[in-house]
Amino acid sequence: MAATELDNDSTLERILAEHAGMEGPLLPILHAVQDTVGYISAEHVASIAKALNMSRAEVHGVVSFYHYFRQHEPGRHVVHVCRAEACQAMHCEKTEQHARHELGVDYGGTSADGLFTLEAAYCLGNCAAAPTVMVDEKLYGRVTPERLAAILADWRNR
Amino acid sequence: MTVRIYISRDAAAQALGADETTAALQVAAAAKGTSIKLTRVGSRGMVWLEPLVEVEDAGGQRIAYGPVTADDVPGLVQAGLFDAAPHPLRLGRVEDLPWFARQERLTFARVGVIDPVSVDDYVAHGGFAGLKRALGMTGAEIVHEVLESGLRGRGGAAFPTGIKWRTVLEQHSPQKYVVCNADEGDSGTFSDRMLMEGDPLCLIEGMTIAGIAVGATKGYIYLRCEYPHAGHALREAIAAARARGYLGPGVCGSGKAFDLEVRMGAGAYICGEETALLESLEGKRAEVRYRPPLPAIKGLFGQPTIINNVISLGSVPIILERGAAYYRDFGMGRSRGTLPIQLTGNLKRGGLVEKAFGVTLRELLYDFGGGSASGRPIRAVQVGGPLGAYLPESQFDTPLDYEAFTAIGALVGHGGIVAFDDTVDMARMARYAMEFCAIESCGKCTPCRIGSTRGVEVIDRILLGSEKQANLAQLQDLCETMQHGSLCGLGGMTPFPVMSAVKHFPGDFSRDR
Repeated sequence: MAATELDNDSTLERILAEHAGMEGPLLPILHAVQDTVGYISAEHVASIAKALNMSRAEVHGVVSFYHYFRQHEPGRHVVHVCRAEACQAMHCEKTEQHARHELGVDYGGTSADGLFTLEAAYCLGNCAAAPTVMVDEKLYGRVTPERLAAILADWRNR
Repeated sequence: MTVRIYISRDAAAQALGADETTAALQVAAAAKGTSIKLTRVGSRGMVWLEPLVEVEDAGGQRIAYGPVTADDVPGLVQAGLFDAAPHPLRLGRVEDLPWFARQERLTFARVGVIDPVSVDDYVAHGGFAGLKRALGMTGAEIVHEVLESGLRGRGGAAFPTGIKWRTVLEQHSPQKYVVCNADEGDSGTFSDRMLMEGDPLCLIEGMTIAGIAVGATKGYIYLRCEYPHAGHALREAIAAARARGYLGPGVCGSGKAFDLEVRMGAGAYICGEETALLESLEGKRAEVRYRPPLPAIKGLFGQPTIINNVISLGSVPIILERGAAYYRDFGMGRSRGTLPIQLTGNLKRGGLVEKAFGVTLRELLYDFGGGSASGRPIRAVQVGGPLGAYLPESQFDTPLDYEAFTAIGALVGHGGIVAFDDTVDMARMARYAMEFCAIESCGKCTPCRIGSTRGVEVIDRILLGSEKQANLAQLQDLCETMQHGSLCGLGGMTPFPVMSAVKHFPGDFSRDR
């Protein structure tokens, strides 16, 4: 999900209008911005704060509290590797190692070709078929390093 | 003659290739000229057999095959899959498989059987019978029924659900809320996800009954963002229920209003703690609140709020349909009813088993789980998520019962069981428990925020072999501070996995590395 020409004032205005009158609208607004633009910029934070009559610090505090919200443009696809206990019981550290090595980045980083952002996940709810990896919304079970290599190759070719 | 076929749409089945199997089946049927009607259902819970394909035979019986990958499909079809013919992957009726037949499926009775978003399917399988009965009762009568069933919070805290409801009922307020805690963050758990994906109308019915009981007109399902599939299923099911008058200004024509909205979380484990979840719903940083006041008195936006876990709310329809006594007759001691248990980690046959309380860990690990996936001995088991104790083999005969687990310093929690074989390094697992707490701490209280980071450092020193005895004593001291000084369960219970690892697996901390 790359930033697009949609990343302008009218997109944000539309999102803010869609959430007008909602109880507790901040998280739904942040989700909508990230779903549309890919991330939440400092400019977004300022506009959202103004619209909701909050301080920029308050909105920034919320954005930075939650692991899911990102403040920088991600790669085209986001790869979540689960590193919680059930996956550890099936040696997910090997899968993690492969992901870091093949993408050449650590968690939070984006591969040099701009295709993949690597993120750690703490349980993807697929614990009976661990280790688990999620690429965008597509979930994969029993992901050995070899299977991860095949999955990444598949996404490269899309 | 159209052949009826059922394949799971559950995220776990998809993770093992159910979508690809579905596509291959459609191609094969078209090539063969066979007319098929394919329904995507929830998962029967036998994850090791996913993708599971069920074919209706001439007698109307659903015959299962599994695991069926896309590559298996051509051979299966050639062998006569559409006639439910014999094949090495043919399992017979799911209900006849010992793994399934030995369960007591109350909350999960429909999961894997019905089309999750079809109101007609739901009603044909007993759905909305509980709501219809509730609509003929007073709020106090509904609350009494839930109280009498003995249902306790399935999210992990095991607080009696009926008492929460009674407290909200007693409040006088123009606006009350029902909030479903669907922030299922514990590793080794996915029962909430499976119910939301496999029978979302059951959760919707449970929340509606809660709303009718206490006079709440608005409900929120706070769903973790790691569960996009559950989000799609819930939104579809809510729209279907609304279109048929089960949600809206007059629930089933009763004149009582109740409606629902799904709200997505944003990757914060702390939101499983109910007051942090409420803060998040209000659009704030998910920092834990001081208690009192209780959410039942001052909850969402300061209004009286029922906040329950998915499985608690999903167990309400059957309690109202069959009566409190029916549900209460399952279980042992003060743990009444059933628990959906998730068998995960290093197990041969992982998945979801719904059993009455009282089943032992050993039965679950070996009779259901089939022992370790790796074939090596099971050395340690973590029950109840990242805040649950690690148990050694000597404790595997403990029955699943809230009090029995408390007695050995352990936790039933949300019913997740993670098995580790003998390659596990328990000092590393203890370190991870502290690391996880540091990553997920909301930062409001010092013992959790600072203690978890100090915990990682102390364990690192032990791993390096530096002044082991002094550092182990310091770890013990730190854990006591966290346990007694933290504001909520995250800091307060992280010591359980840490200290249980030290207690039951001391060799992993003392050996030279």
